Formats: sequence, C-alpha cells, structure tokens
Amino acid sequence: MAELTKKELIAKRVALFFRDGELANLGVGIPTIVPRFLPEGVEVWLEAENGIIGGGPPAEPDAVDPFFKDAGDKYCTILPGGCCFNSATSFGLIRGGHLAYTVLGAMQVDQEGNLANWVVPGGKMAGMGGAMDLVAGAKKVIVATEHCARDGSPKILKKCTFPLTGQKVVDWIVTELSVIKVTEKGLLLTETAPGVTAEEVLQKTEAALTVANDLCVMPV
Amino acid sequence: MEKKISVEQAVSMIHDGDTIMVGGFYAIGTPEGIVDEILRQGKKDLTIINNDCGNPNSALGRLVYSGLVKKVILTWCGYLGELPAMVEEKKIELELNPQGTLIERIRAGGFGLGGVLTPTGLGTYIEEQGYGTRLHLNDRDYLYHTPLKADVTIVQAYAADEAGNLVFRRTQRNFCDTMCFAGETVIASVATPILPKGAIDPDAVMVPGPVVDYLVQEV
Repeated sequence: MAELTKKELIAKRVALFFRDGELANLGVGIPTIVPRFLPEGVEVWLEAENGIIGGGPPAEPDAVDPFFKDAGDKYCTILPGGCCFNSATSFGLIRGGHLAYTVLGAMQVDQEGNLANWVVPGGKMAGMGGAMDLVAGAKKVIVATEHCARDGSPKILKKCTFPLTGQKVVDWIVTELSVIKVTEKGLLLTETAPGVTAEEVLQKTEAALTVANDLCVMPV
Repeated sequence: MEKKISVEQAVSMIHDGDTIMVGGFYAIGTPEGIVDEILRQGKKDLTIINNDCGNPNSALGRLVYSGLVKKVILTWCGYLGELPAMVEEKKIELELNPQGTLIERIRAGGFGLGGVLTPTGLGTYIEEQGYGTRLHLNDRDYLYHTPLKADVTIVQAYAADEAGNLVFRRTQRNFCDTMCFAGETVIASVATPILPKGAIDPDAVMVPGPVVDYLVQEV
C-alpha cells in the first residue's frame, strides 16, 4: 500500500472508531473519505441531512433520478436496506442522539471542546445548514482535521476566536499527528501518529494538552 | 371539491407582502413552475422560507435575485453568491436558522405547538442574533424559538390523487410535507399525472388530502 497522505491517515484513524451497524453523519472534506478505510466486516449506515440513510454511489449519468440528490448536491443512489424520510425525521435522528458519530472538519477547535467550522469573521455568511444540530445531537462528535492551518498556525486553541458551531460539543480530535480526547479537565493526548513524538504535538498545539499515562501509537 | 388549477390561478392566490413556505433542498422539491410564475406576475415584498433558495439558475434563486423578496429565512445560501452583498445593501433581509431548528419551527407552526426548545445553537451566532431565547428547564439550557406559519405553502410532489393526497419521492420530501401543515393556503405542483381518488394506497400517503387546497399539474 502506498504511503497514506495526511488526510488519508486521519480518515483511516477515524474509521477505527466505528462498530458494525452504527449510524453516522460525515461532513464535507476529510470525513467523506472515512468509509474507504472501514475495517473488514464493519459496515456503517450513513445519514444525509436531506433525508437519506444508506445513500449509495453517485448516479451514472444515464440513470439519474431527478428527485434524488445527496447532501453534497450530487445525484445519487441508495444501497439495499437504505431509506428516505423528511427533514423533521432527519433532524430528529441528528438531534435526538440516534447518530453514534458525527465527523466534521474544523477551522478552529479549543480546549473546552468548542468548535468553529461554519464561517470566518468578516467572511461571506453562507449559513450553518445542519452543522449546529449535528454537533448538538450526535452521541459522539469527532473533529477530523489537519493539526495546523495551511500557514502553520495552530488550529487547536485555548479559545476559538471564530464564530462557534457549538459550545462544549467535541469529544475527539483526530489529526495527522495525534488523537486527542476532550475531557472535563481539558484535552488529553491519547495517541501519536507513527514517528511523531508527544513533544512535537505539544509544540504544534496552542491549547493546554495533558499527555495520557497510557499514550500509545495510533494503530494505523 | 375540484383541486386542480392552472399555475396562473395558483399564483393569483399569492398577494404582495405574503410569507411563502417553499419546499425544496437544492431545488429538489421546489415547484419551479409556480416560482417562475410568481416572478412573471411580479408579486412583491415577499418573505420566503426555504432551506437554501437554490442557485442562480433555479427558479427560487432567480426570484431572490429579482428584488421581489424582502426577507428570506434559510439555513444555507452558499450558492447565492450575490445574496450577502444584497443583505449588506439592505435590499433584502436574511435570517439564518439551523436546519433542524427551521424544520421544527415549521412543524410547531403547522401542528399547533407553542414553539421549539432545542439545544442547537446555544452559545453561538443564533443566540447572539437573538433568534432564540435561552431558557433553563429540567437542569438543561435550551433555545426557545417561535413557531413559523405562512400565508401560502408551495411544494412539488411526485404523485397526487384528486383528493389532494401527496406522495414524495426520495429526497424530494425534505421540508415539503411538514410545510403543507403550516400554510394557510397549500398548493402542490405534481410531477406525474394526477390520479383518480383511490389510486394511491392509503398507507403510502405522506400528506393527507384535506390539508392540500390546490394541485397544479406539471406538464
């Protein structure tokens, strides 16, 4: 197997959270490639905000159903056993704790588990869509993000400065360098990626980070 | 009662200043013909409630850009790149709701409830904008949101019978069925030939016929 890119490494580690048969919602970006890395024998039902469980691959151009798009605006298909429903049911699933996981990207995440991923200050206001409900309601919220922003500045902060998507909502942060658990007492570094030291993670993280006693290497 | 009317008759029931709930998610479930007719008849000062108002090439996107709409209540408008500038120039008012909050406000409006209590949006822009009021109940914090109702609801259905019973297909349903309960006048644009009474299995009906006032046959 070719060496994983940063994004693939993150997706592969996130995939290890899932147990067979669980229901999850995957946000845009890195989360969308998580299913490629699900371990053998683990099948996950994916939920889409516009009312699908079990959405399948994109529709072939000659087999488009004009009444069927996925939450990413692509004409799609449905897997055997999948189903469709209205927005009230969709957000009942999301807000009502029926999703085992929601996996989202982050612009910023902080040591209290606050997440900012829907708008930058002064940026174009495109709207939060379903993101605020997803982080408020899923059993576990996993942030899947590169450890630092493109300019190298930390994304895991003491306090988010961008508008929040949710307050104290994040459970896990998975990056290409580490797995971090959000606890009542703050952030706990539980895993480092192969070849990465705890010191490197601490140095690239602005937030206060406690190294777990049982710190281990990411099993990827 | 005969529910079948023309698209022109349907839109003649909409008045300047009306609040209109429009079904659709990425324009799927949006009755494009009715929305284009609103634009043609030049109904103005409208308030539009929809998930995303489509894109500049969809009917709802065109209507929003036309200047006939005074306010939109949406969850996302990422395809309408000119909307933020229109908001800044005070040509239109934009209210953003989280998607799960918007659908529940509509459901509350249609089902006779006093509003919505949701944890979504606590400590965010939603609370800062005053879109919800924080309440502490049963040891938890919630945002209270008022119910939403509309003068007119317009949706697209996949199938309908002459009694007005509606069936939606795949992701066409989205906000459509719930919105049918929250509109004073409810008009469904039907994508397939309208069926005689009794042709739809009663268990398959997604919106009960009496809730739907008028049907417009799509060509």
